[in-house]
Amino acid sequence: MAVATKAAPAAAEDKELLISGSEAVAEALTLADLDVVTAYPIRPYDTVMQAIAKKIANGQLVAEYIVAEGEHSQFEIVKHASTVGARVFCGSSGVGWAYAMECLVVTPPLRVPMVCLVGNRALDDPGAFGVEHNDALFVRDLGWMLCWIDSSQEALDTTLIAYRVAEDRRIFLPCAISADGAFLTHSQALTLVPPKEKVDTFLPRYNRGDLLLHPDNPITVAPQANEDWVIEIRRQNDEAMKRASTVIEEAYADFRRVFGRAPDNPWFEEYMTQDAEVVLVGMGTISLPIKVAIREMRAKGKKVGLVRLRWFRPFPTEKLVAALSKAQAIGVIDRDYSMGSPFMSGVVANEIRAAMYNADRRPPLLSFISGLGGREVTLEDVYKATEMCYGAAKAGRSDAKTHWLGVRD
Amino acid sequence: MAETTTFTNATQILEPFRGVKKVTIEEYFTSGHRTCQGCESALVMKLMVKAAGPRTIVLGSTGCMYVANTTYYTTPWVVPWMHTQLGSSGSAALGTAAGLKALMRKGKMKAEPINVIAFCGDGGGADMGIGAISATLTHKEYNSLILLYDNESYANTDIQISGMTPFGAHTTFSPPGRAKRIMHTRWKKNMAGMMAAGHPECRYVATVCASYAVEMMNRVRRALTIGGPTFIHSLDPCPKGWDYDPMLSHELGELAIETGLFPLYEVEDGQVRYYGKTKAIVEGRARKPVREYLLKQGRFAHFTEEDLAYFQRKVDAMWQTWEIPAVVPFKRLDATKSALGAT
Ligand SMILES: Cc1ncc(C[n+]2csc(CCOP(=O)(O)OP(=O)(O)O)c2C)c(N)n1
Ligand code: SF4
Ligand SMILES: [Mg+2]
Repeated sequence: MAVATKAAPAAAEDKELLISGSEAVAEALTLADLDVVTAYPIRPYDTVMQAIAKKIANGQLVAEYIVAEGEHSQFEIVKHASTVGARVFCGSSGVGWAYAMECLVVTPPLRVPMVCLVGNRALDDPGAFGVEHNDALFVRDLGWMLCWIDSSQEALDTTLIAYRVAEDRRIFLPCAISADGAFLTHSQALTLVPPKEKVDTFLPRYNRGDLLLHPDNPITVAPQANEDWVIEIRRQNDEAMKRASTVIEEAYADFRRVFGRAPDNPWFEEYMTQDAEVVLVGMGTISLPIKVAIREMRAKGKKVGLVRLRWFRPFPTEKLVAALSKAQAIGVIDRDYSMGSPFMSGVVANEIRAAMYNADRRPPLLSFISGLGGREVTLEDVYKATEMCYGAAKAGRSDAKTHWLGVRD
Repeated sequence: MAETTTFTNATQILEPFRGVKKVTIEEYFTSGHRTCQGCESALVMKLMVKAAGPRTIVLGSTGCMYVANTTYYTTPWVVPWMHTQLGSSGSAALGTAAGLKALMRKGKMKAEPINVIAFCGDGGGADMGIGAISATLTHKEYNSLILLYDNESYANTDIQISGMTPFGAHTTFSPPGRAKRIMHTRWKKNMAGMMAAGHPECRYVATVCASYAVEMMNRVRRALTIGGPTFIHSLDPCPKGWDYDPMLSHELGELAIETGLFPLYEVEDGQVRYYGKTKAIVEGRARKPVREYLLKQGRFAHFTEEDLAYFQRKVDAMWQTWEIPAVVPFKRLDATKSALGAT
């Protein structure tokens, strides 16, 4: 196979565009030669559907563009299109994602490699356009691969990687890419858009193989299985999710080979964690204020670092435990809630607690809930959380309480 | 490569079977299903796919025709078949057709007309999935047939009222009791009429009954040949839900037509054409009284004379006051007045 990184022809250079996260996803979809896409309006994810519509109207992309009559149909239509061999894309936000829930449930066991954009949005009621991660997290137990991104570049790159992983015959699971509403879906940044030739090198055509629904391959899909087979089918899904860990690493390595960029560690970004006493953890664009706060705190001699989790499913248990065990204290800032859960913590905090249970070294872990409904996470919030982490580090234990940041009393 | 006109996939040209002896011998729905004895819906499946032929994909929404029909390892389907969610027949048809079309027009799959049929029950189609079906019937660029098999209840879950259950019927959600003889007081939806009237670019809507097997298959063949999204409503006697001797399925289907309760017609490009026994009724043959049909079924066993008379009046109104008899329930003002005056 040709490697396109060296001595690429002039036509095969990256273009640099000032685009939003949603527009970056649309660029990736065009490069991936998407076949069927379904749209339904809900802010903020729908900016990606607007961008795709323009691409199709202008002839840059040839795909069936179907405006559904609701999110349930939106997700069902692409699910079925995928079973006859089409590369598909879908997405939603907040209650729209909830409206599609039945379809989200059936997609993994049908082994449909759908790629979606979730423009994270607070759930109703009350009405709010701003970000919360509870929408995408609905499906965390169901066989969806889930990742969070924090820049337009990552949006573009991760979309290509998501197809490569989802459509790998060893996996055949759907993948949802989460982008924080407004902070990423609508914010523009300079983004490198690779040439089609490179993308073709990286991303093979979707091949449904022996699962193709076609008169030449007359199979019966999803028959009534009952207790005779359901547990085996669940187990197969689970195995696919396990294999995703390997396939994701392969995909990032190959992405680096072809495009000359991609992190060594696909699972999470480590920012100034090398010597960090306190390590903060978060997902999505919360990384931006945290990084600024860390630089400020470091200027004052505080050794603070950030782990920004990219992949939530599959969860990078060993790697994350290894990275976090080194800290004196861990502060997890969730942009979600999990009411009635252990310690009433956020979802990510509890996942990390569970992951750390068997670790030899378990630093105190503090759980913070912040930025709900799109509220800004301020530098003050981060300083406050960090101070509490230092307190726990000094005491050698945490009080196992959950702290809400930036809430009016 | 700007596209100025919309691209329409070609369809298979399926000429009508000219008589029962001309029907093809091959079966694409065979042994392996586990429906009740006398299940008319199973016959509908068999005839539907026999009419469509081998180059067909079938999608089936949850219900008896999934649960009782498609047990793992014993599928009766010879053609490719896939389950879809209860309310998803419209989306299944649309998504499958769109996927095929995209791949064919982009040269990623050999171009050929493949029939796409999605079936649904009355619960899945006329209640839960009506929005998706309605949407699909507006997507004229995708060829598909949605076939609603109407056994007049949520049968698979133990016979409950759907929007298509006839007035007064005894179901597990509408048992006749001491305080209330009639728990189900709603009148059945007019699905085919609604689909035809509400979707001006849907070229073909028909009603069928498998008691008239060749007529039924030919409606399926017409729907698949004409192209775009099409809709067929099939009335299917169900021994379990309607509570009658399984050997009477065929006869009950006939009685539903002969009483005028269920009209047989097709709407092609907006033109209504009655056929079979319904055509004879339109041309003046007397309708049999509905009691002949109702009293053969245990689900109406609690009916009094008053209930039977009410039922008969409602059916009479379909024929006497509707602007297009038994198809479209609009009436001219004066006709309404005279009908009211008569009661
Ligand atoms: C979303 C959802 N709600 C409820 C059910 C339970 N359910 C399974 S089959 C069925 C009956 C469907 O009735 P109908 O569409 O008329 O088909 P029939 O069983 O009568 O053939 C129901 C309600 C389901 N499968 N999915
Ligand atoms: S309950 Fe009715 S529709 Fe269901 S299998 Fe039995 S006869 Fe057929
Ligand atoms: Mg039914």
